[in-house]
Amino acid sequence: MLADVPVAMIIVGLAAYVVLAGADFGAGFWTLAAGRGAQADEIREFCRHAMGPVWEANHVWLIFVFVVCWTAYPVAFASIASTLAIPLFIAAVGIILRGSAYALRGVVAAGRALDRVFALSSMLTPFALGTVVGGIASGRVPVGNAGGDEITSWLNPTSILLGALTVAMCAYLAAVYLAADAARLGEADLMRAFRTRALTSGLLGGAVALAGLLVVRTDAPPIWHGLTSGAGLVALAVSALGGVGTIALVGRRRFEPARASGALAVAAIIAGWAIAQRPFLLPGLTTAEAAADPAILVALLVGAAFGTLVLAPSLALLFGLVLRGTLDEGPAAPAPPARAPAHPAFLPRRAVVALAASCGLMTLGFLVLAEPAWAHALGVASLCACVVSSYALVTGEAPGEPDP
Amino acid sequence: MSGAGFAPVAQQYLLEARQMQALSLAVHIPLVCFGIAFPALVLVAEWRHLRTGDPVYREIARRWSKTMLTLFAVGVVTGTILSFELGMLWPGFMASFSDVFGLGFALEGFSFFLEAIFVGIYVYGWDRLSPRRHFLAGIPVAIAGLSGSLFVIAVNGWMNHPGGFRLVGGQAVDVHPWSALFGNSYFWHELVHMYFAGFIVTGFLVAGYYAWGSARGRWGRYERTALTIALSAAALAAPAQVVIGDWAARTIAKEQPVKLAALEGLSETTRGAPLHVLGWFDGKDVKYGIGIPKLLSILAFHDPSARVRGLDSVPAADRPPVNVVRFAFQTMVGIGTALALLGLLYVYVRLRRRRLPDSRWFYRAVVAAGPLAVVALIAGWVTTEVGRQPWVVYRVMRTEQAVTGAGGIPIGYGALACIYLVLAVAVFWALRRLARISLETEDAR
Ligand code: HDD
Ligand code: HEM
Ligand code: HEM
Repeated sequence: MLADVPVAMIIVGLAAYVVLAGADFGAGFWTLAAGRGAQADEIREFCRHAMGPVWEANHVWLIFVFVVCWTAYPVAFASIASTLAIPLFIAAVGIILRGSAYALRGVVAAGRALDRVFALSSMLTPFALGTVVGGIASGRVPVGNAGGDEITSWLNPTSILLGALTVAMCAYLAAVYLAADAARLGEADLMRAFRTRALTSGLLGGAVALAGLLVVRTDAPPIWHGLTSGAGLVALAVSALGGVGTIALVGRRRFEPARASGALAVAAIIAGWAIAQRPFLLPGLTTAEAAADPAILVALLVGAAFGTLVLAPSLALLFGLVLRGTLDEGPAAPAPPARAPAHPAFLPRRAVVALAASCGLMTLGFLVLAEPAWAHALGVASLCACVVSSYALVTGEAPGEPDP
Repeated sequence: MSGAGFAPVAQQYLLEARQMQALSLAVHIPLVCFGIAFPALVLVAEWRHLRTGDPVYREIARRWSKTMLTLFAVGVVTGTILSFELGMLWPGFMASFSDVFGLGFALEGFSFFLEAIFVGIYVYGWDRLSPRRHFLAGIPVAIAGLSGSLFVIAVNGWMNHPGGFRLVGGQAVDVHPWSALFGNSYFWHELVHMYFAGFIVTGFLVAGYYAWGSARGRWGRYERTALTIALSAAALAAPAQVVIGDWAARTIAKEQPVKLAALEGLSETTRGAPLHVLGWFDGKDVKYGIGIPKLLSILAFHDPSARVRGLDSVPAADRPPVNVVRFAFQTMVGIGTALALLGLLYVYVRLRRRRLPDSRWFYRAVVAAGPLAVVALIAGWVTTEVGRQPWVVYRVMRTEQAVTGAGGIPIGYGALACIYLVLAVAVFWALRRLARISLETEDAR
C-alpha cells in the first residue's frame, strides 16, 4: 500500500506538468503556427506574454516527477533512464533551447531565428517525453542497465502516437488558456482566433487519441485491457467526457470552466494509464518489488507534506495574482514618490565596529582553533555576523558622495 | 530492494561520461551562484531604497532583477540537464543509492518551486505590488538560494562521506534517510564554502561590469552605488572564504585523508609533513615546488609533528589522479588568496578613507576578479569531485560500477558541448545588449 503512494504523487506531478507546462509548450507551438501578417504578430506576442511569470514554476513539476521516481523506485528509474537515454536527451536539449530562447527573448527584441528555435523546441520536448511514456507503457523497458533496445524502445507505434498526442494536447490546452486570457483582457479578436484554434486542435487531438486506442490494442495489449475494463474504463470515460465537454464549453465561449475540464481530461488519462499498468512498473517488476525501503517512503512523504505546506499557499498566491491580471504587462501604476527623510541607523557606528571585531575574534577561536562540531557551528554563526556587520560598515555612507 | 538485478556493465566511454557530467556541472554551478547571491544583493538595494527613499537604489534593484530572471531561467534548464544525466549516465549509482539520498532532491524540488514562484512575482511585480509587499516577495527567493544549495550539497556531502545505511551484498539496507543527509559531519563546510563562493562570484562579476564601464566613462552615481553594493559583498566574502577553506581542509584531513594526500602530493605517511607550493608530482615527490617544513601537519592538525596519511595508505587503484587534483587545488587557493587581498584593500580604503579606491589598477583588478572567481569555483569542484575518484560514493561504489551501459556517449557529449557553446555566446551577447538598452533609456531620460 505504502509502496503505491509515490505512484499517486507521480501521477499528480505528471498531470500538473502536462496541464501547466504543457500549455506553455503549446503556446510555443502557436507562435510557429501563427502564419504571417499583422494578426500573426499579435498572436505571437500574446503567446509569449501569457507565459511570463509562471513558466519556471510550471517547469519544476517535471523535476518533481523525476525526483519522486528515483527516490521511491530506484531500479525502475535507472532502467528507464538508461534504456530511454536518447529520447530523454532529446527532451533535455529541447528544454535547454526553449528555456534559453525564452530567457533571451525577454532581454532582446524578437529575432526571427530565436522565434523558430523557441517554437520548434516547444514541440520537440513534448514529443520526446511522449515517446518515453510510450516506451514504458508498451513494456519495452526491461529491468537492467540499458537493457532495452536503444531505438525501438522509443521509436515504435505506441511511442510515436503518444508523442503526437502529447504535442496535440499541449496545443489544445494552450489555445484554451490563451482564449480565456484574451477574454479576460477584452481582446475580442485574439479571443476568436484562439477559440478557432482550440476547436481545431481539440478535434484533431480527439482523433489522434482514438487512433491511439487502436494502436495500443495491438501494440500494448495489457494497457488496452486495463483501459477497457474496471477502473481504467472509468478513467478513460472521464477523460473522453472531459475532452468532449471542453470542446462544447469552448464552443459556447465559457473559457474558465473549459480550462478546468481540459485539465481534468488530461489528468484522467494519465491516471488511466497508471491503473491499466498496475501492479507493474516495468515488465516483471511490480510497484511493491520496485519500492524503496519503507523508511525512505515515509521520509519522502513527510518531506512532501512539509513541502506542500509551503508550496500550496505560494502557488495559490502566484496563480491568484496571474489570473487577476496583477502581473500583466502594460501600463503600470506610477512609481511611488521618493520618500524623504532617511531613517536613522539601527546602531551607532561604534557599536557596529565593536560587533564586527568581536565576531571576527570569535570566528578565529571557534572555527579555526577549536575542533568540536558545536564550536564550528558557533564559528560559522559568528563569521556570518562579522561579515554582515562589516557589510553595513563598508557600504555605510552613500558611496562616493564626497566626490573627487 | 535497491540495486537488485542491476549489474554493472562495461563502458568504453567512461571518461567521456565523466567529462559530460563535469561539463554540465561547470555550466550550471557558475549560474547558480547568481541564484544564491543575486536575490540578496537585489534586496539590499531595494531595502536601501525603502529606508532612504533614494531612487537610485530602486533603479539598481530593478535592473538587476531583470538580469536575475534571465540567469535564473538559464540556471533552471542547465540544472534540469543535470537531473536527467544522473539517470542517463549513472544508472548503476541511481539504482543502488538514489533512494538513500533522494529525500535531499525531493526537498530541493520544493525549494525550487518556491524560488521559481517568488522570482516570478518579484520581477513581474515591480510597480504592481505595494513597495512593502514587493520587498517581502523577494525574501523567499533569497532563502531558496540558501536552501537550494543546502539540499543539493547534502547529497554531495553524502557521496563524499556516505552514511545512514548498511551495505549487505552490495545493497543498501536499513536506511535512515534523514540522518544520512543531514546528520553528516562532512557537508557543512561544503555548504558554507559554496554559499560564500556564490557571493564572491556574483559580487566580483557584477562589480567587474561596472569597473569595466568606469574605464569607458560610465561612472555616474548609479554606477558607483551599484559597484559598492556588489563589491562590498565579494570583498568581505573573499577573506572569509580563506578561513572556511582552512576548515574544509581540516575536515578532509580527518574524513578523506587520501584526498588530502592527493591535494598535497604526499606519497608516504609522514610525521611533521611539509607543505609544497606549486611544483609537479612525479609519482613519488613534488618536483620544483617550494617546500615549507611541517606546515601541512600544522594546518591540518594544529600540531607540527602530527602524522599525515600519504597516498601509500591505500592501494594504487584507490588513488585519485594526483596532479589534476593538486593543480586544481593550488589554482583555487592561489586565486582565493589574491581575491582576499584585493577584498581587504577595498575594505581598508572604504573604512579608512570613506571613499572608493581611485587607482585605475584597482578597477582593472576588479574586472579580472570576476572571471578568476569562476575559475576558482570550478577548480574547487574539481578538487572535491576528482579528489573523490575512483569512487562515486566514497569507498562504497566505484565510478565504473555506476556508469550506463548504453552506447552513444561521445555523441551526446559532443552535442551538449556544441549547444552550450552556442548558448554561452548568445547569453553573453544578450547581456551586453541588455546593458546597452538600459543605458540608452537612461540617456533618454
Ligand atoms: C570562489 C570560489 C572559491 C574560493 C576563492 C576558494 N574556494 Fe575552496 N572550494 C570552492 C570554491 C572556492 C568550491 C565551492 O568550488 C568548493 C568545491 C566543493 C566545496 O565544498 O566548495 C571548494 C572546495 C574546497 C576544498 C575541498 C573540500 C572538499 O573536498 O570537501 C578545500 C580544502 C578548499 N576548497 C580550500 C580552500 C582554501 C584554503 C581557499 C583559500 C585560499 C579556498 N578554498 C578558496
Ligand atoms: C552537488 C552536487 C555535485 C556537484 C556540485 C558536483 C560537482 C562536480 C564537478 C565540478 C565535477 C568536475 C570534475 C572534473 O572536471 O573532472 C564533477 C565531476 C563528476 N561528478 Fe560531481 N558533483 C555533484 C554531484 C554529483 C553526482 C550526484 C554525481 C553522480 C554520480 C556526480 C558524479 C560525478 C562524476 C562521475 C564526475 C567526473 C569525475 C572525473 O572526471 O574524474 N557528481 N562533479
Ligand atoms: C554546487 C552544487 C549546486 C548548487 C549550489 C545548486 C543550486 C541551484 C540553485 C540555487 C538553483 C536555482 C536556479 C538558479 O538559481 O539558477 C538550481 C537549479 C537546479 N539545479 Fe542545481 N545546484 C547544484 C548542483 C546541482 C546538481 C548536481 C543537480 C542535479 C543532479 C542540480 C539540479 C538542479 C535542477 C534540476 C535545477 C532546476 C530547478 C528548477 O526547475 O527550478 N543542481 N540549482
